[in-house]
Amino acid sequence: MALTAEEAARFADLLEVNSDALVATWTDRVATTLRGRLSHAELQRQHSELRKAFQQALAGGAQTLADESAAELRAQLSDLSSTRARQGFSVTETAVSVFAFKEAVLGVLDQSGGGDALRDYVTLSAFVDEAALFTSDSYVRVREELIADQAEQLLELSTPVVKLWEGVVAVPLVGTLDSARAQVVMERLLQTLVDTGSPYAIIDITGVPAVDTQVAQHILKTVVAARLMGADCIISGIRPQIAQTIVALGIEFGDIATKASLADALRYVLGKAGQAKRLER
Amino acid sequence: MERVPVLKIGDMLLVSIQIDMEDQTALQLQEDLADRIVATGCHGVIIDISALDIVDSFVGRTLAGIASISRVLDAETVVVGMRPAVAITLVELGLSLPGIRTALNVELGMELLARERGADEWQLEVDGDDDTETPAVTTP
Repeated sequence: MALTAEEAARFADLLEVNSDALVATWTDRVATTLRGRLSHAELQRQHSELRKAFQQALAGGAQTLADESAAELRAQLSDLSSTRARQGFSVTETAVSVFAFKEAVLGVLDQSGGGDALRDYVTLSAFVDEAALFTSDSYVRVREELIADQAEQLLELSTPVVKLWEGVVAVPLVGTLDSARAQVVMERLLQTLVDTGSPYAIIDITGVPAVDTQVAQHILKTVVAARLMGADCIISGIRPQIAQTIVALGIEFGDIATKASLADALRYVLGKAGQAKRLER
Repeated sequence: MERVPVLKIGDMLLVSIQIDMEDQTALQLQEDLADRIVATGCHGVIIDISALDIVDSFVGRTLAGIASISRVLDAETVVVGMRPAVAITLVELGLSLPGIRTALNVELGMELLARERGADEWQLEVDGDDDTETPAVTTP
């Protein structure tokens, strides 16, 4: 049920005339749900801005939230939801801020009386509901952006390739390996092999909580790719439970060397490198 | 049709592929190499593919073919300098190039060949003395 132009104008007047009482009731109502996590003054400031935006939208003849004249209101609402999302408020707490506006309006409507009060209230209610839905939507969008940012940061943080010895690099894998991370690890490792000219690489999986067939597949692919480029890969840091899982799942590492600890792997690699040097002489 | 030059360095043949490999070029290279191995009596072949962006299944198979042919002629083949992206693509395609030896760069490839020959009683002129070899690689 959209607002008519006439109703919108009436509400704009109502919001203008009762502005102080409205903001006060609204702020009191929201302050109880937020339990003091935002100061009263801060809430009051936000609400008087929002009231102004509502008033302007209605005065401009906005019948739905998508209207041209409600652009300022939309900007205010998405601003509110993005700050709330970053401050860690829940989606309910954010939406309630908008819904409480209805209660405040009902308060001033009762005082002004009038036979059409109920009808007016219902139409306005639809408008406010729309605004609250819009707020929740922007809240969710901001939250998703935050999560995506964090995932990207995690991806960058968690895949260092370290030089362990002359001609030996190691990748200490920490955390769950999904396809995206495995791809990043693989590319970084192979690029480091080229850059440093190291013929040996150790993949340490001490920090990987679980190895399933998919993770094993990723590791195997990396090893085969490194072999194609002419480097030898050793897998180290296999914990007892992981060894049991690998056998239980029937994963075959073939002729790829696997060692229990990074120290064992390094000793093995140095032994192999030494053997190669002796042969050369 | 473009041809890939084959350079003789000591006891080895060096092939550096600087152009896009078409099927015909690959086949021509295979023939040229066989001729040169017999003509020079070299015991090692190094194929540098560090400039190659794309290695398709045909080029992969030709490389394997070159390796087998040179083994018959008593020469060991090492493919060097494969790019990470190429290696990843080959793995995704399921081509693991069996029977081909690989090394990260030309230097490591030469060491590998020297080691292989060192295991036999053959004495090589190459003694890890890279300074004299590096200019030879660049001169056509």
